[in-house]
Amino acid sequence: MLASSTITTLRQQLVAGDITPRDIILDLAKAIESRNTSLGAYLSWDIEAALAEADKADTSGPLGGIPIAIKDNINVTGQPCTCGSRILSENYTAPYDAGAIQRLRAGGAVPFGRLNMDEFAMGSSTENSALGVTRNPRDLERVPGGSSGGSASAVAGDLAIAALGSDTGGSIRQPAALCGCVGIKPTYGRISRYGLVAFASSLDQIGPLTKTVADSALLLNHLCGHDPRDSTSLNVETPDFTASLGKDIKGLRIGLPKEYYINGIHPGVSASVQAAIRKLESLGAIIEEISLPHTELGVATYYVLAPAEASANLARFDGVRYGRSASAADLMEHYTRSRSEGFGPEVKRRILLGTYVLSSGYYDAYYIRAQKARTLIRDDFTEAFKKVDVILSPTSPMPAHKLGEMKDNPLAAYLEDVFTIPVNLAGLPGISVPCGTVEVEGKALPVGLQIVGKALDEATVLRVAHAFEQS
Amino acid sequence: MPAAHQIDIHHVAKLARLTLTEDEALRYAAQLDGILTYIDTLTQHDLGAAEPTAHAMPVYDVLRADVSRPGFTQEQALSNAPKRSGDQIQIPKVIE
Repeated sequence: MLASSTITTLRQQLVAGDITPRDIILDLAKAIESRNTSLGAYLSWDIEAALAEADKADTSGPLGGIPIAIKDNINVTGQPCTCGSRILSENYTAPYDAGAIQRLRAGGAVPFGRLNMDEFAMGSSTENSALGVTRNPRDLERVPGGSSGGSASAVAGDLAIAALGSDTGGSIRQPAALCGCVGIKPTYGRISRYGLVAFASSLDQIGPLTKTVADSALLLNHLCGHDPRDSTSLNVETPDFTASLGKDIKGLRIGLPKEYYINGIHPGVSASVQAAIRKLESLGAIIEEISLPHTELGVATYYVLAPAEASANLARFDGVRYGRSASAADLMEHYTRSRSEGFGPEVKRRILLGTYVLSSGYYDAYYIRAQKARTLIRDDFTEAFKKVDVILSPTSPMPAHKLGEMKDNPLAAYLEDVFTIPVNLAGLPGISVPCGTVEVEGKALPVGLQIVGKALDEATVLRVAHAFEQS
Repeated sequence: MPAAHQIDIHHVAKLARLTLTEDEALRYAAQLDGILTYIDTLTQHDLGAAEPTAHAMPVYDVLRADVSRPGFTQEQALSNAPKRSGDQIQIPKVIE
């Protein structure tokens, strides 16, 4: 079955002439049609359009003829871009390609299918999508994580070869961990955000979810690069990330933050991560305890900054130029009705929170303090990286929870992002790789190992992830 | 438990251009109070003289050359407009 293959394998088959790009699309379409009803990973897919593109694909390109599934907040010309929201679900067709999509196309890839997500990427279970339920392929009663839950469910469930996601506080790494695939958030600024619907602009970053570390490295080679249409895009060289794979990790220094290995981590998750640490040690890595003293401020800092930025970014949804539009007697009613009918509960909650922390009298107490805390958190990492090359932790303290289990407790759900959030606040690259499973109620639930590197040092992160994956 | 933060939720909603039902107002006020109580770890912590950080990577004042470049055609720009009148986007009356 081609749908269960990796990019690397399919490329060999394509180059050898054993298969055509059309064969891959048709096989994926068959898999999606038979199993998407139960997984709910895709919100929509256009087979005819994908076949037309596949037939034209330049298979000589390094990604030639490979279909990549896309999170539904990244614009692809002529396709929907719902962001999992009713405000965009009925009447928006993307009139342009995002920068990341243009780069994929330049490598010969074919964007195919739109993947479910928490509404506007706000959430970590995909339960906040207004457009459908996505399930974890390892246990259909459980969430796939989020917000890129559709991406992780599709890749781990063999309904996609690879996918794009976006990560603001862990939204690529956490669902990859919970579903059992690889997901990497590169350094802030590596991949253009042009055409990614903005949630929290100073934290958002696009990245791939794949079945192997090698596939992630290959996709990063093509996704990264300067884009003048994103003013935060970094004008730096993109190395060949695949070149770092297969190199050994002897003498590499790995840091374990003492603040991370605390009560509150599921014992099965803890055991898997400890086993992973011993394995890396046996491969020649040197394990050291480090300190990230401001860890406890991470989640609070994030839940000031991200909603503040979101409340400003989502002001554009006013029912005038695009999106849901309510009928109203005057312009103010038009705004408030369009927005109140269009946004779901979690988005409203965060817009209200963001508006509150930015409002007169609270700005200094919350927003400025959070920006100061962000400095301290970033400085923690700068200090730690003077001693070590990468930092290891669980990706998520818990395995996937059951659908509906966290519904009435938004704060408890926020606290599960404790290991992923600081990485976004500091703008660093982080990957989640599968590191075993934990047995819960007769199901083997995946556990993810998070490897965090210095800014722009994805190469080392990938090297360690690859060495672990291959061991 | 009494609310620790006296949030005027309807005022905040008005600033955010949202309207809330009474049910929503009660629920959001309680939930925001819980979240803000947690966020108060920031206000209780001595942050010293740390400078505020807006962005993790040092990218400042990016300017582009002041020359024209291709953009949307009029048709593309109007393609998602909920209401249009000829080549313009139509909105409810603003001026009496």
